[in-house]
Order: sequence, then structure tokens, then C-alpha cells
Amino acid sequence: MKPFTLNHAQSANEALASLAGGATAIAGGTNLVDLMKLQIATPDELVSIRRTGLDAITPENDGLRIGALVTNADCAADLRVRKSWPLLAKAILAGASPQLRNRATTGGNLCQRTRCGYFYDTTQACNKREPGSGCAAREGFNRIHAVLGTSDACIATYPGDMAVALLALDAVVHVEGPQGARTISVGEFHRQPGDDPGRDNVLERGELITAVTLPAPTGGRQIYRKVRDRASYAFALISVAIDLSMEGDRIARCALAFGSLGTVPWRDPAVEAVLVGERPSPALFDKAADVLLRDARGFGKNDFKIALARRALAATLHEATKG
Amino acid sequence: MRLPLADLYNKPDERNLLDHTRQGIIGKPLDRPEGPLKVSGSATYAAEWKLPGCVDGVLVLASIAQGKVTKIHDKAALAMPGVLAVLADKAMLRRPAQGTAGKAPAQDVAKVEYFGQPVALVVAETFEQARDAALALKVEYKAAKSPIPFDPESPDAKVEKAPDRKAVKGGDLDKAMKNAAFSVDVEYDTPGHASAAMEPHATIAEWQDDKLILRGSYQMLAYNVKEIADCLSISPKKVRILSPYVGGGFGSKLGITHEAVAAAIAAKELGRPVRVVMTRQQVFQAVMRRSETRQRVRLACDAGGKLIGLGHEALVSNLPKEQFAEPVTQATEFLYGGDNRLLKVDVARISRMTAGSVRAPGEAVGMQVLEAAMDELAEKIGIDPIELRKRNLPGKVPVQGTAYSSRMLVEALEQGAQAFGWDQRNAQPCQSREGDWWIGMGVASAARVNMLIPAEARVTLKADGTALVETDQTDIGTGSYAILGQIAGEMLGLPIARVTVVLGDTSLPAGAGSGGSFGAISTGSAVMRACEAIRAKLADKLGCDAEALDLKDGVASSGDTSSPLEHLLDGGDIAEIGSIKPGKTALDYAQASYGAFFAEVAVHAFTGETRVRRMTGAFGFGRVLNAKTARSQCLGGMVWGIGSALTEELAFDLRDGHLVNHDLAEYHVPVHADVPAIEVILLEERDAAASPLQAKGVGELGICGAAGAIANAIHNACGVRVRSFPITLDKVLPHLPDPFAPDPFATAA
Ligand SMILES: Cc1cc2nc3c(=O)[nH]c(=O)nc-3n(C[C@H](O)[C@H](O)[C@H](O)COP(=O)(O)OP(=O)(O)OC[C@H]3O[C@@H](n4cnc5c(N)ncnc54)[C@H](O)[C@@H]3O)c2cc1C
Ligand code: SF4
Repeated sequence: MKPFTLNHAQSANEALASLAGGATAIAGGTNLVDLMKLQIATPDELVSIRRTGLDAITPENDGLRIGALVTNADCAADLRVRKSWPLLAKAILAGASPQLRNRATTGGNLCQRTRCGYFYDTTQACNKREPGSGCAAREGFNRIHAVLGTSDACIATYPGDMAVALLALDAVVHVEGPQGARTISVGEFHRQPGDDPGRDNVLERGELITAVTLPAPTGGRQIYRKVRDRASYAFALISVAIDLSMEGDRIARCALAFGSLGTVPWRDPAVEAVLVGERPSPALFDKAADVLLRDARGFGKNDFKIALARRALAATLHEATKG
Repeated sequence: MRLPLADLYNKPDERNLLDHTRQGIIGKPLDRPEGPLKVSGSATYAAEWKLPGCVDGVLVLASIAQGKVTKIHDKAALAMPGVLAVLADKAMLRRPAQGTAGKAPAQDVAKVEYFGQPVALVVAETFEQARDAALALKVEYKAAKSPIPFDPESPDAKVEKAPDRKAVKGGDLDKAMKNAAFSVDVEYDTPGHASAAMEPHATIAEWQDDKLILRGSYQMLAYNVKEIADCLSISPKKVRILSPYVGGGFGSKLGITHEAVAAAIAAKELGRPVRVVMTRQQVFQAVMRRSETRQRVRLACDAGGKLIGLGHEALVSNLPKEQFAEPVTQATEFLYGGDNRLLKVDVARISRMTAGSVRAPGEAVGMQVLEAAMDELAEKIGIDPIELRKRNLPGKVPVQGTAYSSRMLVEALEQGAQAFGWDQRNAQPCQSREGDWWIGMGVASAARVNMLIPAEARVTLKADGTALVETDQTDIGTGSYAILGQIAGEMLGLPIARVTVVLGDTSLPAGAGSGGSFGAISTGSAVMRACEAIRAKLADKLGCDAEALDLKDGVASSGDTSSPLEHLLDGGDIAEIGSIKPGKTALDYAQASYGAFFAEVAVHAFTGETRVRRMTGAFGFGRVLNAKTARSQCLGGMVWGIGSALTEELAFDLRDGHLVNHDLAEYHVPVHADVPAIEVILLEERDAAASPLQAKGVGELGICGAAGAIANAIHNACGVRVRSFPITLDKVLPHLPDPFAPDPFATAA
């Protein structure tokens, strides 16, 4: 670990001042400290944002405002979340371990970096870590990598669970920075790698996530289905977040987001369009999968994700639509 | 006086002493005496000793797989804050030592043989400083001109016969296959495994004049002392190892590893104690792996379901010249009949970290494949897989003709089946579905060779009527402290509270060490013999024959005479060293522990995810020394079985030979949620050929075949037979029946 200084900001403004001065924000530290140990992240100056007071969950309009420093554990345990946005609680609880969730925060979770093994191994070429060095994963052991939204430069997934649920719930990220405050929909927060995979999201230098807001609950049936190699404490091979309402025997409304399938949390309006207004059936689910996977491309070890996505989608739709 | 007990265990000890002693603690599920220390964080593990002036070393690993270190640019590193030394001594280890080597493994870190091999050590005042400098250290390499392959399947890989394993040949297997009424000829593969012990490899080295003291995490101290001494070219008498608590080893700490020698060299150089702890990633990359295996199993049987031929041929791998070759066929040699036989192990010479003992070397992966193949045969014949096994238990070991000592395989299969509810199983796959999950059941036999190895222990019966047991035996979390105390207490008629056990110090008599399931029975036998010598002296004092001596609760009696030990000892201690060595019983009898596994799994009809729903294991391993620690061993073995069946796999990048998943986030061992209710049934058995305790090894038994039961259950659940472990969903998915089909078995056909 490279020597660094650590300051504790006592307010969002103090934190913003430090960030403007070039400091890196540290929240729970569950991802950043690992990266620092391996010297993948080498900040000279850290500003801890844990004492900024941004850790409240408060009602806002008909929805909910979740402070950036609310821990994953607290968010998943919140009665309002569990009652009206169960998808979010389920997704969070499907991730990491209780110890990590006690520490990990809403803002940090959104910003967590990929789990691509080559990214974490400084003996390997990686465009995300070292622009222009190449992508060792592309022809390597890429079992956990993306099949949608990839580029020549990078095929890594955003690995998290919480953001997938937030995406299906139409959540919005609130940010403050040198240019003032702005909001970003979760769907626009993460960046596909393109030819600049070093940047995972659209945060600008000096910007701080202050909160995430949820719109009014839909009252739909919400399921988070995380497919993984072991029953707990493993990142998703694929996850599906769904918020669906029926009218009679037809699908009236459907929000569908996928994790670890693409380079970013994935939502495709065309898939939802196939489903809405239709009677659920295996054939319909297949048609939705055809649309979802129309541009899917495997890289060898992750080819199975294409078939898996089809089946995971069918399983989730089946569960969400059956009587 | 010492009893005329031959060291060598040449004849089964049929006296069965422990069934005639009266204290009544042997076999009881007593708690581990060191348990409270461990759960309260007050047991001192290797890296936790606080020595004045101790500094920290961090290993630097090679970023190429094969070649030479041409230059280490240490100037910049040495100029960093706190840095004391950058070492790349010729004596530092290139490879770890194999179990029971007792001599130095490959040294000289200037040559690089595999990716991630340690090439240097950076020492600094603090661990963080050392790590920072280690990352900054620039090492120049020259790549090898003619590298060997990374892939055992490469046509360029040199394949040799296993150096330490003779092939078994009998009759004509090809002909038996041709003449068989039913046969299977299948190929399975298993991946490399990491031992994945919780405590990483760690050593604090301290020199006191010319004496070296190592506080470290090792399994077999008597051998480790010799290995260290040989590495440093000093006398073993100058080396003392302290290893009172070891946070798991699973084979990876049988021999010394890189950090120990590096710490010793650095401590000498700096004149200060040096601590070297390998990081999790370093342990994964530099310490022993279990070899991956490719196994061809041929089974030929007659119309009556009796085996007439059995073939088990394996390809494993290791670095050039290593003697160890995963002994895949070890249990196949004696488990089932079939006189036409061909069992052999070949080893491909490749560039990956050293392959060595990991959790039941041989049987762990050999049995899971053999047992899956047996399931395939039972299905072909159309008989119950338990019945197939029962029909094929030979009277003598095929080809060799050796007699069996004791074998409770039939009892294990029957009692296990009863407890598990095997009769509820539908032999036809895809018949049981709960929601989106297919449910299935599978069975497998367990077998693991039994080994007695040389061991010594000193027992002192103190004048105050308490006893002290001392040996350098380690306790790697298995219960050595508990069972050695129980044996002494039982033999000397003392409640357990009056027995103290001191372990893990090489200034004490040399125990067996922990490995190969031999620790308890070997060192336990030595303790028992020391106690016998003490009993003889007590009998003298009381004026009776040793056979007529009765010891209980600190009182010695015979007929009408009785005396509290304190009186009898009259102010004097009695100290005896007991010892045992393997003798003729090891050759005269095929000795093994046996058992049976039953697993119920659920396979997701859409995604192919498999979750184990429950497991039952029934085991016979001679006398149960402590029902609680034995059960824990069996449980732990079955958990590893779940890992082997479903999740564990070392993933290598075949382009540069590096290990991709070198931490516990990506190398998946089972977590709590993967481990369902597991029932363990311990069968009472006595095996005089195995040890004077009438006990056999149990440490590794629980893994030997467990993954086979799970694989068989998966097939029974969803009709998919995966011949490549671990059975991850991507291997199941393409073969699953249509999840929406009303009668998927019909569509699958
Ligand atoms: C072994 C392991 C398993 C895991 N498994 C899962 C899993 O299954 N599913 C899952 O979703 N996650 C998983 N995680 C990831 C975990 O959820 C993240 O590490 C965690 O959410 C990060 O939050 P944090 O507060 O600790 O972030 P930190 O580590 O403190 O920060 C991460 C990044 O976010 C930035 N940051 C933090 N807060 C802000 C803010 N308010 N504004 C701007 N930038 C900010 C930091 O500068 C840093 O770059 C796992 C992690 C580990 C170590
Ligand atoms: S996939 Fe992306 S993160 Fe992984 S090695 Fe390639 S560039 Fe790096």
C-alpha cells in the first residue's frame, strides 16, 4: 500500500472541498482498500465521507431518498424499502456477506469496480487499469465476463446487484460537484467501455454522490433472481430484476434489468415492449430473450451466459406471471 | 523399566486394552480443551507472536513462468521508508517441500519454474512498508529458451509413469470388456484444487546465537526441522519449531514452504526476528496445489452384476522431477473386485506451482470418479447402486491377494441407506420436481487407506496424580489435544481435567505430525504405549500384575488392595516415552477406513444450478476416539466433497500459466448456504491390525467419494451425467430437459 493521508469530512461541503483538491472519497472502503493494497488505486489523499451525515433514508414525494452513506445492511432492513421496493432489499441481500453489507454504502456500491481477474492482477494487461495495455480477458479466462455492451477494449461487467434493482425501479442518482448539483438516472450512470474503459461511470472529477431516490412504488410483483456458482457470497453469473404487473391474464407493465450480463446494468426497452400487453407463455418468453440477446456475443468461456440468460429470463417471467 | 513392547507394529494387538480400562472417557464426545482459547482469539497463531524488534518481510513473486532472474533493481526499494533489506538468497525456496521429505526441496530463486514463484523477499520495519516496497521492486527476467507446457493435455507435455506408484496389472482387461454382459468405459476429469486453509502460511524466525527458533504454521514438525536445517546447511539440533496452534493445513503445511526459509535467512542477515506471512494470493500461487486429473474408468461385469474387469487410468501433472503424483488409484486397488485389472497413474511434466498433498490425496478425486462410474454401471445393469457395490466386495485384495483387516462398508451402506431414506429414491431420473427444482438422490462408497507412521510421546504421571502428555504432534484444528488427553486419561484412570497435553514444540518427543489421517492413531498409539509402561510401574508398586491393575479416578486397585495414585507415587513422578513404528501389519493386511455417502440435491430446471439439500454419511474407522471430533472430521470432509462436486476449481490461463482465481472470492469453497443438514453416523468397529488403539484414520475419510454421491444425485434428479468436475451450471444447462415440458423425461429421451 502506498502511503496516503486520510481526513474525515464532517459535512458534504467539506468532502466536496477535499474532492476539489484532488482527494479520493472513501466510504465503506470494502472495494477501495482492496484496490489500494494491490496498488491498482494509488490515491495520495483520502477523504472519508462516513461522517458527512448523508446516511438517512427519508420519504420524498411518494418515493424514498436514500443517502449515499446509508449502508447496504441498513437499506435492506428498512421497513419502507422492504414493503414497497422489496426488489431493492432482495438484490442487496443477494450480494456480498453480512459483514461487507454492514460496511458497504449506497454510493460506494454504485461505484464498485469490476471483478475481472485480470483487472486485479497487475502482471496482466488491462485497458481499464492501464489504458492502452490491452485486454488479457478477451482471450483468457472470461467466464464471468459480459456478452452485451462489450468493446474491443474491454469486456468486463459491472458486477453489483443493488444497481440492477435500482435500474428496474427507475431510481435516480443525485450528485453534487464543482459545477453544482445534478441528477442522473441509474440507467445513465454506468458507462459502456467503448474505447475508454478506464471510466466506469459518468461521475466527473470532484463529484460526490449524495443520494439515490426511488420514485413512487409500482405495486408490481418484484423478483430478484441471482444465478451464481454457490448459494451465497458469490458475484452473479447473471441476475434478473423484475417489477411486473398483470391485468387479467396479460402483462400490463414490466420493468426488467439484468446484472453481469452486460458491461453495465442492462435494461432494454425493446424487451419490455415485446412483453407488455401479451399473455405470458414459453413462446413469448423466448421471443423476449431473442430481442434481449440479439447482439449478444460470447468470448469463449462466457458463451454459456447467452443460453443462461434465456433460461433465467424465462424462469423469472414464469414466476412473476404465474397465478 | 520399559515394557518389552516392540516399537515395530508387527502383530495385531488383540488385547484391546482400551475396552478393559475403566475410566470411561475414551470415545466420549469431549470438548476440545483449546476450543475456548480459539473462539476467544487468545490462542496464539504463528504470525501473532510479539517478539521485540521483530520486522516484516514480504515475498515478491515472479511475473513470468519460466526463465531466469537477471537483475533485481533493489536500489529504489532500499531507499523507500523503513526498508531494511532485499534478499534473493540462493538458499531460498523455489518449491515447497513435499510431505515427509525431511530434506530441502528445490532451492535457488534465480531460476523461475512457474508463474508466481517467489523470487525475492523485501524486509522493512512494518508490514505496510515491506508490501509497498515489494510491489515497487523491479525484477528483470530472461525467458526460458525451451519452456515446457502449461497444459497437461498439450502434445508437448512430457508424460512419465508416476515415480512413486506402481501400476497394477492382472489378467486381460480388454478381453474382459469384450466379454462383459455390461460395461462402462468413461472418461472423467477433475480440476486442480487449493488446500485453502484459513490461516495463511506464516513464520517468525529468530536466531539465538547459532540456534534458530521458528514460530510457524506447519503440520509435521519432526520432518520440518530437518527440511529447514538442510536448507540452511545447519544441524537439525540447532532448529526448534513452535507450532502450538495451526489454522488448518489440508496438506499444504506438511512440508516447509517459502516463507519459513526466507524468514530464517532474513533474520540471520539482520540480526533481528523476522516475520513473513504469505498473502492469500501468494499462498494460492506458490504453495501446493492438488493436480488436476483425467481419469479413464473401465468397468466390466457379468450378467449377475459381478465385476470381471476394472480399469482406472489417470493422467495427473507436476513440475519436472517431483516424486509426488496424485495417487488417484489408491483406493481402487482394494475396494472392488474384478481380476482383470489395469490401474495406473501417469504424470505430465508442466509448469504450474508444485503439485502435492491436498486433502486426502488420491482418494478425494479418485473415489469420486470411481463412484460416479459405478453409478453408471448400476444404471446400465438396472440394479440398485448399493446392491452393485455389495456384490463386488472381494474376499482378498485382487491381484495382490492381501487379506483385509476390518471393513464395515456393507454396514455403512445399509445403515446409511436406512437413516437417509434411500428407499424413497426413484431409480428413474426426472421423476421428482418441487417447483422449479428437480430433486434426486445419489450414493457412493467411502474409502481411504490407513497409515501408521513413526511416532513418540512422553507421558508423565506426576506425584500429585495428574498427567502430562508431551509430543511435537500438531493440532491443525482436528482435535489432537482432545484425543491424546483422552487416551492418557483412559489408560491412567484419570478424569480429563487431570490431564494436560502440550503439543507443537520440537524440543518434545517427535510425534507423527498431522497428515494422511495418521496423526491420531500414530501419536495416540505412542501415548498409549507410554501409559502402558507407566501402568507396569504402578502395578509393581501396588504389587500386582499389570493385567490385574485397575485404574479409575486417580485410584489404583487390584483385588482387595487399593491406593490413591498420590500415595502410590510417594512424591516421585513417573515419566515414560512411548513409541510406535509401522511394522508387518502394514504389509499383512489391507487397511482402510470405509463408509458410505448419501446425498439429496436439487437442480434448477431452468438454470442448472445445483444445491445440496441434505447428506448422510456412515463411517467405520475402527475405534472412535472422540465422537465429537470424529464427527467434525467427517462433516468437514463432506463439506469439501460439496466443494469438489460443485464449486472448487483452480483456473489457469494457458497463455502464460498464471492462476486466474487466486483468492477466496473467486476460488469458491462452499459457504454456509451451500452446506445443508449433514447427518454423520459413526459405526463402532475395532481394528487390531491398524493400531494398538484398534483405531484407524478418520481425518480425510469424509471427502473420499462424497462428490461422487452428489454427481450421482444430479443425474438422478435431472438425467444429466456430467463427467467433468466441478459440476457447474454451464455444464448441466445444455443437457437439461425443457423446463416447461409436462413430461420432460419423455422429451429428454
Ligand atoms: C468478497 C466480496 C464480495 C462481494 N460480493 C458482492 C456481491 O455479491 N454483490 C455486490 O453487489 N457487491 C459485492 N461486493 C462489493 C461490495 O458491495 C462493494 O465493495 C461495496 O458496495 C462498496 O461500497 P463501499 O462503501 O465500501 O465503497 P468504497 O470501497 O468506500 O468505495 C468504492 C468506490 O466508490 C467511490 N465512492 C464511494 N462513495 C462515493 C460517493 N458517495 N460519491 C462518489 N464516489 C464514491 C470511492 O471513491 C471508490 O472509488 C463484494 C465485495 C467483496 C470484497
Ligand atoms: S475485460 Fe476490461 S477489466 Fe478485464 S482485462 Fe479486459 S480491459 Fe481489463
